Parts: sequence; C-alpha cells; structure tokens
Amino acid sequence: MTIAVTKVRVEDKLYQNRYLVDSGRPHIIVRPHEKPSANLLALTYVCPAKCYELNDRGQVEITADGCMECGTCRILCEKGGDIEWNYPRGGFGVLFKFG
Amino acid sequence: MIEQFDAIVVGAGMSGNAAAYTLASQGLKVLQLERGEYPGSKNVQGAIMYANMLEKIIPDFRDDAPLERHLVEQRLWVMDNTSHTGIHYRSDDFNEAKPNRYTIIRAQFDKWFSRKVREAGATVLCETTATELVRDGNGKVIGVRTDRAGGVVFANVVVLAEGVSGLLGTRAGLREMPKPETVALAVKEMHFLPEEVIDQRFGVKGDEGCVIEAVGTISRDMAGLGFLYTNKESISLGIGCLVSDFAAMLESPSALLDAMKNHPSIRPLIAGSEVKEYAAHLIPEGGYRAIPQLFGDGWVIVGDAAQLNNAIHREGSNLAMTSGRVAAEAIIKVKSRNGPMTKGNLALYKTMLDESFVIKDLKKYKDMPALLHTNSSNFFTSYPRLMSYAAQNFMRVDGTPKIEKERATTAAFINARSRWGLVSDAVRLALAWR
Repeated sequence: MTIAVTKVRVEDKLYQNRYLVDSGRPHIIVRPHEKPSANLLALTYVCPAKCYELNDRGQVEITADGCMECGTCRILCEKGGDIEWNYPRGGFGVLFKFG
Repeated sequence: MIEQFDAIVVGAGMSGNAAAYTLASQGLKVLQLERGEYPGSKNVQGAIMYANMLEKIIPDFRDDAPLERHLVEQRLWVMDNTSHTGIHYRSDDFNEAKPNRYTIIRAQFDKWFSRKVREAGATVLCETTATELVRDGNGKVIGVRTDRAGGVVFANVVVLAEGVSGLLGTRAGLREMPKPETVALAVKEMHFLPEEVIDQRFGVKGDEGCVIEAVGTISRDMAGLGFLYTNKESISLGIGCLVSDFAAMLESPSALLDAMKNHPSIRPLIAGSEVKEYAAHLIPEGGYRAIPQLFGDGWVIVGDAAQLNNAIHREGSNLAMTSGRVAAEAIIKVKSRNGPMTKGNLALYKTMLDESFVIKDLKKYKDMPALLHTNSSNFFTSYPRLMSYAAQNFMRVDGTPKIEKERATTAAFINARSRWGLVSDAVRLALAWR
C-alpha cells in the first residue's frame, strides 16, 4: 500500500500568517545580474517562504511579500553583493501571532 | 532639547526585555526600541522557557506569566525513514510547586514580559526599526538612528539585543555577520488540537507537558534537529539544519518539515490538527568560538546577537535572559560609581558573564559545532540507520541463531564506517564533549 503524502504548497502555509505589506517598498532587493551566483540560485530552494524564484531568462527574482524575516538570504548573499538587505520599516512585515 | 537616556535597549526579545527590566527596575532611564507592531510579533522560538533564569529577574513570574505546560517527560528519538529508537525520561518529581521548565508561546510571553518592562518604568517604543548606531568624534557609541522622522535618540550606553541577524552591530563592524556554517535555519508550524487529545496522545494530564526531539534521516544528511513540544492546545513542531547544509544540498525547509510530519512515528501525534502559523528563524550555532567582542565604548551585545546559544542542549532563551540581566547589572555597577560607559568600564560585563553558566557551558562544547558539521552524514544518517537495523534484527525472532545476528550487526557497523572510522568518531565525540 502506498501512503498518500500530503504536500502543502508554501504559498498556502504563508496564507495562515499575518502580514502588513509595505506596498511599493520591498525590504530586500536582488541586484541585477546576468547569471545568478551559486548562493543566489540556492535561495530558490532554501528560502523558507519561497520568496526567490527563477524567471524564464534564468535570473533570480524576489517577491518579498511573504518574507518571514529569518535572514537566511542575508547570511548567504549579502556579503557577495547579490542582494540588498534591510528589515521592513517599523511595524511592517510579518506579524507572528504565536511565534 | 534633546532627550538623553541612561540606556537604549535595541530589541524586545528575551535578552532585551531582561536587560531593560533590570535597568529600569533599578531606576535608570531606559528607552527600548522594537521594530514589531507589539513585542513578540517578530520573535520565533520552539519554545521552552527555563524558570530559574527568569526567577532571577522576576521571582514571582508564575503568578501571571502566560505559561503553557510544565515538562514532565523528555524523549530523544533517533530516526530512520520508518522507525525511531528512543530514550525517554519521565519523572513525577517534575510535578513540583515551582516547576523547572515550561513550554511557552513567544508572542504571548513576550507581550507579558514587555508589560513588566513598562511597569518597571522603561519607555517601550514599538514599530521602530533601529537602522544605525550614532557615534561621537572618538568613535564612542552615543545613540541610535531609527526609521522615524528625525529619529535619532541618545544614551550613555546602547544594549544590542537585536537578535542573530541584527543590523546595527554588523553594519557598525562591532561583530561579523554570522557565517552559513554557524547558523541553523529552523522552520516551525503551530498545530492546534483539543487539550484532551494532546493529553491522551502524550500520556499527560492537566498542565503536564512532553518534549520530543528527533535526530536522524529526517534531516537528510544535514546536521539538524526536529522537535515537537506540547503546548496547552497546540503542538509546536519544527526542524532546523545548518544554513550551509541547506545551501549545499539545495533542500527546501518547508518540504523537509512536511516530510517530518509524514514520518510514521510523528504523523499519528498530529493527525487531525489545524495549522495556524508557519514561521522561520535563524539560530546561532557557532558556539564559543563564534562569540564576538561583547563590549566597547558605549555598547554591549547580548543574547542571540552575541551567539549565546547552547546548541548541544538546545538552550537559548535562558542564555539570552541571563546575558541581558548580567549586562544590565554591569551597567548599573558602572553607573553607581559614576563611571563613564567606556570600553574599560564595560569590560565588567564580560568578567561577570565569564563567571556565569553562559560562558562556562559554551566553553565546554567549543569543539562540538565543528565536529557535527564536518561529520553530519555519519552522525545524522549512517548511525541512525545502523541503530534501526540493529534493533530490528534483535527484535525479529526468525530462527536465526543469536550469534549470527550479533555478527551481522557488527559487520553492518564496520561496513558502514570501518573499524578505524568507528573508533575515530567515538574518540572525537568524547573529546569534543569533555
């Protein structure tokens, strides 16, 4: 007997969370690049909110709306200059109900 | 007129609240900055809270702190894909008048702690992100720039309780950014179930609680730990692995968590639950060798920002609370003898922290992070598989003579790691544990 493995999309998980999105002011920006570095590419797998995705030209794009502000992308990519990283403005961003 | 504070505390987590409370309750003029809408809204933890370290700050916290369950049982599971080998410890002695460990929900607990901080007299400013340290001509830290209009605030000393990924200390060059191999990324879900269902599944009653921590193939060759903590009406369930391992293996943390939830040993415990939150957080895992300079002219660093986390014992918030309290006590001592908040005077914080369990414990395990990191596939995959094989072989009664079963088990260990490998792993583990 095979056991059906329930697969929950990350987007659906984030739907449970509360966010106050700072419209038009993303707190993380991916710097323009031709070919993503290994660490930047890794973020398309490793970001727990799946904010990073490859576009059809093979470049990494970010949608920071669902960001949980863990800082993983900062640890991997700030030093190499792949991204520009900040916390959201005070009050904005994820608001954990339980944390 | 510019308002001048005795101290500015950046962050309202465990270390920041401990520092702000201690400073304010001794009459110092304290400003605490928190970027979240309310204290706790940005904070994530497993979460287990150790009573002793909070008692040293707020002795009667049990009267009104939001506590979930006190722990009477701890399980450690070594897992392969279909099994777990477990060590359990349960004792009725933990049902004492003043229990030692509790599960908590950080957003609720931090709100309570912050209320205590305000009652002690500190000014707590939420929705304010500290963006930069302000220094005078001699490089002494004299304040903090915030993202509010005209938002510079001044103080004699700044307590950096900004967490593992804090901006201020790293931008000002007071500490290095953590490296991918010295931080773990943990993801966690809150699974809600009726109280009586949790009681039944974990064999507890009333306020009793149970902890399950799991290592093995659930972390897929990475150095990692899964956990399952019982709250009153929910279960905190998560898994964390080193960021460097996640990046090297190109693993999705969310998929890793889903796979853990589907493990046959874990699935029945959370069956039918409603998930109400998904959170992620970095945990400092560099240990003693990753601790930065803790003090300087006009500043001290506490808690996760100072890498004060004991990954081997999964203790973090108690080290954070203690470092916050000790930093505050050092500042109070310097102030009481009218000393300026210079590097020389604030060295007292380091001296006092060295004397506490915080630094002594981290020093004891100074070699563990490197060992587990370089040997993760053996410790987290090979040995768990071998343990499962040995246990199953031993328990199946199939007419095979016991001596043959013993030989097969020994051969499996030697095959997987070689005699030399087994001895070397044991020796290295013993040396690092010493």
